[in-house]
Amino acid sequence: MIPTIWTWLTSAQNWVGSFGIGNRLAQHVGYSLLVVAIAAVIAIPLGLWVGHTGRGRWVVSATNAARAVPTLGLLFALALWVGPHIPGRAAFVVPSVIALVLLAIPPILAGTYAGVEAVDPAARDAAKGLGMTPRQVLARVELPCALPLLWSGLRSAVLQVIATATIAAYIGLGGLGRFLIDGLAQADYAQTAGGAILVCLLALVADGVLALVQRVVVSPGVSGRRRRRRGIILAPGKDMGHGNVAHTTRA
Amino acid sequence: MIRFDDVTKEYPGGTVAVNGLSLTIPTGQITALVGPSGCGKTTSLRMINRMIEPTRGLISIDGKGVADLDAATLRRGIGYVIQHAGLFPHRTVLDNVATVPRLLGWDRAKSRAAAQDWMERVGLSADLADRYPSQLSGGQQQRVGVARALAADPPILLMDEPFSAVDPVVRQQLQSELLRLQAELHKTIVFVTHDIDEALLLGNQVAVLRVGGILAQVARPADLLAAPADDFVADFLGHDRGIRALSFVGMPRLPLHPELTLALGEVPPADAPDWMLVVEGGHPLGWVRTAGVQGAVDTSDLNRSGTVASLTASPREVLDAALSSPARRGVLVDDAGEFVGTVRASELATLLEAGQA
Repeated sequence: MIPTIWTWLTSAQNWVGSFGIGNRLAQHVGYSLLVVAIAAVIAIPLGLWVGHTGRGRWVVSATNAARAVPTLGLLFALALWVGPHIPGRAAFVVPSVIALVLLAIPPILAGTYAGVEAVDPAARDAAKGLGMTPRQVLARVELPCALPLLWSGLRSAVLQVIATATIAAYIGLGGLGRFLIDGLAQADYAQTAGGAILVCLLALVADGVLALVQRVVVSPGVSGRRRRRRGIILAPGKDMGHGNVAHTTRA
Repeated sequence: MIRFDDVTKEYPGGTVAVNGLSLTIPTGQITALVGPSGCGKTTSLRMINRMIEPTRGLISIDGKGVADLDAATLRRGIGYVIQHAGLFPHRTVLDNVATVPRLLGWDRAKSRAAAQDWMERVGLSADLADRYPSQLSGGQQQRVGVARALAADPPILLMDEPFSAVDPVVRQQLQSELLRLQAELHKTIVFVTHDIDEALLLGNQVAVLRVGGILAQVARPADLLAAPADDFVADFLGHDRGIRALSFVGMPRLPLHPELTLALGEVPPADAPDWMLVVEGGHPLGWVRTAGVQGAVDTSDLNRSGTVASLTASPREVLDAALSSPARRGVLVDDAGEFVGTVRASELATLLEAGQA
C-alpha cells in the first residue's frame, strides 16, 4: 500500500496539468487564504468590539452555537438556495466560501474576544488613567495583550478551513478534495490516501508558518516565552502558567 | 491646590459612594485619604482625574474645574499609580515608563531618556529596562508604576493603595522611598490607603472618611492623634494613640548620660555595674551582665534586646530604646552609628509630662 501511495505522490505526471497536484494544491491554498481573510476581517473587529465594550457577548455565544451546524449540509443547502441566483462559476464558489467562512468565524471571534476579555483590568485602568483615549487603549494595550489568544484562534481556524475545504470539491470546485472524491469513486486507494496526506501536510506547514509569524508579532512579555519571577528563570518554551507561585521563591 | 466643593457621587442603584465632600488638598504636600472599605476614598481619588464623574459638586485644580477639561488631556497631566501597578505586560519596563511622554508627543529619544532618568530616581537599576513586567518582583513592579506616573513630571500624583499588595518589608522600603522622593520633588500627592499607620506616616494631612462617603475629620497626623473629632475617628485610629503620637512630636532636650563601656575580649572591672555596654569601634553591640561573664567578654555574653535610637529620632524611638534595654538605659548613636550616651525613660517621661515636647 505505502509504495503505491508513494508512487502516486512522486509521479511527475500527477503533479502537472490543471488536474495535477500542483494546481489542486494552489487552488486549495487560494480558497483557504480567501476564506480565512474574509473571516478575520469580520471576526477580529467584532471580537475587539465585544471585548472592549463588554457589550454583545451573546454574539460570541451565538456563533459558538452555530458551530454545531454541519458544514457539508450547509454547503449543499447554500448551493441549492443561493447557487441558482448567482451567474457563472461564482454559483459554486460563493456557497463554498460562505460555508467555510461560517466555519472559520467562531474560533477567531472567540479567541479575539477571550483575549481582550483576559487583559488585566489593572493594565486597562492604568492605560485610561494615564491619558489614553478609548481607541488608544484598544490599539496599544488590549489588542497587543489579546494577540496570543487571537492568534491561536486564527491558527485553529486555518487548520479547520484547510481540512474542510476538501468538501468544496463536492460541488465542483477544485482543491485537494478532488483527489479524495475521485479516488473513492474510482476505488483508487493511492489517490485517496495521497490526497489526504497532502491535506495533512498542508495543514502542518500552514500551522508551522503561523507559529513562526506569532514569534515575530506577539510581544515576548505576553507570549510566555520570557517568564522570570522572583529570581527563578523558567526554561524557555515551557509555559509554566502565569508565574506559577509554587515554583517561585520570595525575594 | 485641589478643591472638592460639596462633591457627591451617587450610583444609579442609589448607593452613595461620596456624600457632600468638601476638602482642600494643598499644593506640594501629601494628603492621605483613609477609611474603611466603602468609605469612598478611591472614588474620591478617581473623581480628580475624571475616571469617575461626580453626580453633584465641583472639583477644581488651581481654580480650574476638571469637568471643563478634556479627560485624556487632564489625565496626561496627572500621575496615576494603582494597587497592582497595572503595568502593560507586552511592553518592556522602559517602554512602560515612557508611556505618558509618548502620549504627549515627545519624540522617542527624549521619552526614553526621561524614562531612564525616572527609573533611576525611583531606585530601579538600568539593567531592568529591557525586562518585561512578568519578570519583576511585586516591589519592582510598583517602582515601575511610580516611575511611569512621574515620567512626564506632572505636578500632581494620585496614588490608589499603591503599596498594599506587597509584603511588609518591601512596603516599608517603598514608603520611605516615597518620602525621600517627595522631599526633592514637592508634588501634590493624594494617597489613598486603608492603613491608618501608612496614612499617619506619609500624610502631611490625613482625611479620615467614614462608610457612606462622609468626611469625618481632616487634620495633621499629630493633631488627629491628639484630638480625634469623634468616636469613629478615635476607634479608627486604634490603640496606643499616646505612644504613636510620640512619632510626630519634637524631641525634648534630654540629658545624655555617659556610660562605662567594654570592648570584646576585655575583662569587666571588679567594681563594674550590673550591666555594661559593649562597644566595638565606636558601634554599640549589646549589653552584658557583668556578674555572668567568665573572664573576658565574648559575643556569646551579649544581650541584644535593646533597640538603638539616633540623635534625630522621635521620642517614640528614644523611649523604646530605653524600655527595651536590659539596663533600662537607652542607647543613642550619632549619624555615623557611633555611641554617644544613654537616656532614661523616667527623664523622658518627666519632660513629656511637663509638655516640653
